[in-house]
Amino acid sequence: MKQGRYGDTQHRRFDVIVVGGGHAGVEAAAAAARLGAETALVTHDPDTIGVMSCNPAIGGVGKGHLVREIDALDGLMGRVADKAGVQFRVLNRRKGPAVHGPRAQMDRKLYRLAMQEAVAEQRGLTVISGEAVDFLRDGADIGGIVLAEGTVLSAPATVLTTGTFLRGVIHMGERQIEAGRDGAAPAVRLAHALDALGFRLGRLKTGTPPRLDGRTIDWDRLEAQPGDDPPVAFSELTDAITTPQISCHITHTNPQTHAIIAENADSAPVHSGQIDGAGPRYCPSIEDKVARFADRARHQVFLEPEGLDDDTVYPNGISTSLDPALQDAFVRTIVGLERVEIRKHGYAIEYDYVDPRELHGTLETMLHPRLFLAGQINGTTGYEEAAAQGLIAGLNAARKAAGRDGHVFDRADGYLGVMVDDLTTRGVAEPYRMFTSRAEFRLSLRADNADQRLTGMGISLGIVGRERANRFAAKTNVLESARTVLASHALSPDEAQRVGLSVNRDGIRRSAFELLAYPGVDIARLTAVWPQLGAIDPSVRGLLETEARYASYLARQDLDVERFRRDEGCAIPPSFDYADLPGLSNEMREKFERARPATVGQASRIDGVTPAALMLVAAHARRTDRTAG
Amino acid sequence: MAEETIFALSSGAGKCGVAVIRVSGPGARFALETMAGRPPAPRQATVRAIRNRNGEILDRALVLWLPAPHSFTGEDMAEFHVHGGRAVLAAVLDELAGLPDFRPADAGEFTRRAFVGGKLDLTAVEGLADLIDAETEAQRRAALRQADGALDALYGDWRVQVLALRALAEAAIDFIDEDDVPTDAVEQIGTGLSALIPALADHLDRGARSQRLRDGVMVAVVGAPNAGKSSLVNALAGRDVAIVDAEAGTTRDVIEVRLDLAGVPVSLIDTAGIRETGSRVEAEGIRRARDAMGRADLAIELIDSSAIQQHVREEQENRIGDSGENVECWRILSKSDLATDASCDVGGSGSTFRHAISVHTGAGVDALLGDLTDFVADRAGLTESAGMTRARHRAGVSAAHRNLLRAVEVCDIASLELCAEELRAAGDALGRLTGAIDSEEVLGEIFSSFCIGK
Repeated sequence: MKQGRYGDTQHRRFDVIVVGGGHAGVEAAAAAARLGAETALVTHDPDTIGVMSCNPAIGGVGKGHLVREIDALDGLMGRVADKAGVQFRVLNRRKGPAVHGPRAQMDRKLYRLAMQEAVAEQRGLTVISGEAVDFLRDGADIGGIVLAEGTVLSAPATVLTTGTFLRGVIHMGERQIEAGRDGAAPAVRLAHALDALGFRLGRLKTGTPPRLDGRTIDWDRLEAQPGDDPPVAFSELTDAITTPQISCHITHTNPQTHAIIAENADSAPVHSGQIDGAGPRYCPSIEDKVARFADRARHQVFLEPEGLDDDTVYPNGISTSLDPALQDAFVRTIVGLERVEIRKHGYAIEYDYVDPRELHGTLETMLHPRLFLAGQINGTTGYEEAAAQGLIAGLNAARKAAGRDGHVFDRADGYLGVMVDDLTTRGVAEPYRMFTSRAEFRLSLRADNADQRLTGMGISLGIVGRERANRFAAKTNVLESARTVLASHALSPDEAQRVGLSVNRDGIRRSAFELLAYPGVDIARLTAVWPQLGAIDPSVRGLLETEARYASYLARQDLDVERFRRDEGCAIPPSFDYADLPGLSNEMREKFERARPATVGQASRIDGVTPAALMLVAAHARRTDRTAG
Repeated sequence: MAEETIFALSSGAGKCGVAVIRVSGPGARFALETMAGRPPAPRQATVRAIRNRNGEILDRALVLWLPAPHSFTGEDMAEFHVHGGRAVLAAVLDELAGLPDFRPADAGEFTRRAFVGGKLDLTAVEGLADLIDAETEAQRRAALRQADGALDALYGDWRVQVLALRALAEAAIDFIDEDDVPTDAVEQIGTGLSALIPALADHLDRGARSQRLRDGVMVAVVGAPNAGKSSLVNALAGRDVAIVDAEAGTTRDVIEVRLDLAGVPVSLIDTAGIRETGSRVEAEGIRRARDAMGRADLAIELIDSSAIQQHVREEQENRIGDSGENVECWRILSKSDLATDASCDVGGSGSTFRHAISVHTGAGVDALLGDLTDFVADRAGLTESAGMTRARHRAGVSAAHRNLLRAVEVCDIASLELCAEELRAAGDALGRLTGAIDSEEVLGEIFSSFCIGK
C-alpha cells in the first residue's frame, strides 16, 4: 500500500469499508458488522442515511420477496419499514401465496430516522462523514479509499455503493444540471478514480414525478385506498405494527393531460435526443406512456403521502422531465389536482453504471480483487434490489477480510440469487428491477417462507443475531410438530365422505396434509374432523396450507432444483483458460471469456452456448479442479 | 434423485437391418417390463417380443438389461436391438417417448451422464467431442429447419402463442397495481387455451409424420421414346402399390401417377417424348425433361437394352442425366430380356447402370422397387435420426399438451401463478424443439403489449 504518499495525513484501518449511505450501503455495512468485521460507513452526509430518494414505499411483487429475504438474513430494511410504514398492503392477495407481494407506504422521515437508529445501534459499525475521492491500490487489489480532506481509510475489503452519483446529469426541460440524487453534488472525482480502474461503463436513466403540496389537492373528489387491516409486517421480528395507518388516493390522467404532453413531446429531453441513457421499460415517463400508448384515454396515478406530519404528496405514475411550466399545466388537468401547487418539479437523471458481468457472484469485481460493488452502480433500480445486493456484498466483504471464501446465493435459494445471477451472467440493458416472472422456482421462493429458506443458512454464515436465531428455532419447532400432526391423521375416501369432504373413491387414504390441497379445505375445516389440529399455532397455519396446496408442484420443482444445483455444483475455476481448450470454437470461446461463468450451470445460461462446448468445459473444469485440489 | 430416463438410437441401422436403441436412467427397467414383458438376466442378450401399449407386437428383438453401475453411463440401462425396418423403429421410439418421465436424449447426453457417473475419463470425452460437436443444438436446429421447415414454423407459432398467454398471466401477477394491464387476463388466457389445445391434440393424433410427408417425394422417369417409361410406370403402379391418382399433366406429354411407398406419397412423372427422333434432341423435349427433373427428387433414366449401342454413342454428345440439375439420377437398363450385349455390367461398382429390368418378364422390377422404397424413405426423412427427431417432437408436443390441459384446470385468478407455471412449462417444452425460451422474452412481450409503469 502506498501509505507514504499520503504523508502524515490521518490513516485509519478497518476490516471493511462501505462507501455510500443509501439502501445498499447501510445493508452492506450492517451485514459486515454483524459478521464481526470492524466496518466503516463513509457518506458525504450522515443525515442522509436512510433517505428515500424516489417513491415513499417499500416492497411490492418481487420487491416484497426481496425485503423478506433481506429480513430472513437479519438485514435492516424489513424491520425499519415496519416502524415507518403508514399503509401496509399485500399485493396479489386474490392470487396464490407464491405471488403475494408485501408492500407498504413509508413515512419518509420515520424511515430515515429508524434507519439511522438501526445503524447507530449496530455494534462494530462506524459512520464516517466525508467524500471518497480515490482508491488505495496495491497492484490490481483495492486496499481502501482516500477522502477529499486527505484521510486514508484502509481495509482488506471495500464496498462501493454510489447509486446514481456517478456522473449524474439531471434533465428538466432543456435545462441540464450536473448532479446526483435529489440535487446532491455528483461524485465526479470518484468517477474519475473509477475510470482509472478500467471498468466497462454504460449509461442508464431514470425519472421522478413532481412532488405536490397536499394542502392544494381536492381530496374529496378522489377515491381512497386504505391499507390491510390488520397490516402484515415485513419482519419476523415485528410483533405488531404500531405506527398510525393512513390511506392513499387514486386519480387518473385524461385526454386533456395527454394533449398537453403530446403537443410538447419534442421538448422532452427523452425525445429530443438530449438523453442517451437507456430507461426502464416498466417505469416509463408520462411522456413515454402518451407517445407509446396513444390509444389509452387515461393512466392511473397513485397519490402517495410522504409522511404522517408531511403534507407532500408523491404522484406515482407521472414521472416526467418536461419543462417545469408544462408540468404545472398538465398536472392541473388531472381530477383533484386542478388547484395543485408543485413543490418540486420532476426530472430525469442519467448516470453511469458498471457492466455487472464484470462481477463475481459475491459482487466482488473480477478486475480488482477486494473491491465489491452493490446497488444502482450495477445497473439495478429500486431500494429493495439495492439493499439485497448490499447485504450480499457486505457479507462477502467481511468474509474476504477474514480470509474466507465467498458465499454465493443461487437461483434456488431466493430472489437475491436470481438477481445476482441475472446481473452477472446476462448483464443489463435497462435498469434491472425484480419481477417474480424472473424466478423459475417461483412457487418455492415465496415471501411466506423466506425465513425457512434463508435464516438457517444465515445462522451458519454468522450474520443472524441471537434474537432472530431464537425466534427461528422456536418457529421451526412449531412447524415440525404441526407437520407431524398433519401427516399422522388420515381418512379413507368413505370416511372423508362422511365428514363432508369429497375426494375420489379410489380406496387411498389421505393424510390431513394431503386433504389441505383440496379447494376450500383449511386447517380450521379439518379441526372439525380432528380436534387435535386446533393446537397448531395460528402463525404457521398459512405456511402449511400453502405447502399443501403447492405440494405436487413443489415436488416437480424440487427435481428441477436438484438438476440445477448439480450443474451449479460443478465449479469452473476463475483462472480457467478457454484458449487452451481443444475443440472449442472461437465463437464459444468468446462467449465464455466475456461472461467468465463461475459454474457449469451458469455457463449453460449464456445465450447460444452449445451442449458440446459445455461438456468440454465441464470436463476440463473437473480436471483443473482435481489438479488444483 | 429421480432423474428423467433418456433414450436414443445409438447405431445407424441403414440396410444392415438392426438398430440399437439405448435407454438410460431409473426407468430403464420399467421400459423392459412394459415393452418386453420382464427384464432378462443382467447382461444377457435375450430375444423378446416388443409390444406397444395396446399389446400389439411391434417386433421380436434382442433386449439387454444392464443394471447400474455396470453400464456405459453408470445408470440402469436397457438396450433394444430392433429389426424390421424404419416403421418398426419409429414405433418403438414413439412407444418409449410415451413412457412417464422418458424423453429423447439431448445431443451428447449419454456421454455426459457417463462422465458425471465417473465412467469416462477426459481422454474419452475428448475423443467423443467431435461426435458431439456434430450434434450440437445449433446444428440440430439447422438440420430441423431444412427437413422440417413447416414443423419448425408450427412449433414456433405455438410457442409464440403460449408466450403471449403467459405474458398475460405474468403481467397480471407482476404489475398488479397497473390499471393498464388487462383486467380480463383470465378470460383471455382461457380463450387462447381453448384455441391452442385442440391444435396440439390434433397434431399428436395425426402424428408428426403425416405433416412432414404431406408434400411427398417426386420421381421423374426420363428416357427416349420407347425406352419403356410408361411400361415401367404402369408396372410399378400395378404392383402392390396403390394408385392414388392418375391424371394427365399440364402438358400433353407429362403423366403423373401418385403412389404410396413406405407410407410416403410419391409422384411418379412419366416424361413421355423427350426425344423426337434418333440423335436429334428437340429443344422443347429437353426443356420439359429439365423442368421435370428440376422439381424431382430423383430421375430414373431408362435406356433400352436393344438400343444400347446407339445410346452409348449419343451419350458422348448429350446426356440427360447430367442435365446440370442437382438431382440424383439412376440409369436403368430396360427391356433386359432383349439385351444383346451381355457385357453390360449392372449393379457393380463401376457400373453404368443401377438396375436392369424387364417389365415383360418382371425381372429386376422388385429390386428396383425395393431400392426406390429405400430412397423414398430416406428422402422423406424416415431415417434413423429422423426417428429420433420425431420421438423428440412427440415428447415435446405431448408435454406441452399436458401442461396446457393442466393450465385450463387452474386458469383462475386465485391460481393464476399455477396457470403461469403450466404455461412456462409448456413454452419450455415447445422451446426445446425450436430454441430456448426465457423470462426476458416474456418481459419483452409484457412491455411491448401493455403500458406498464407508475
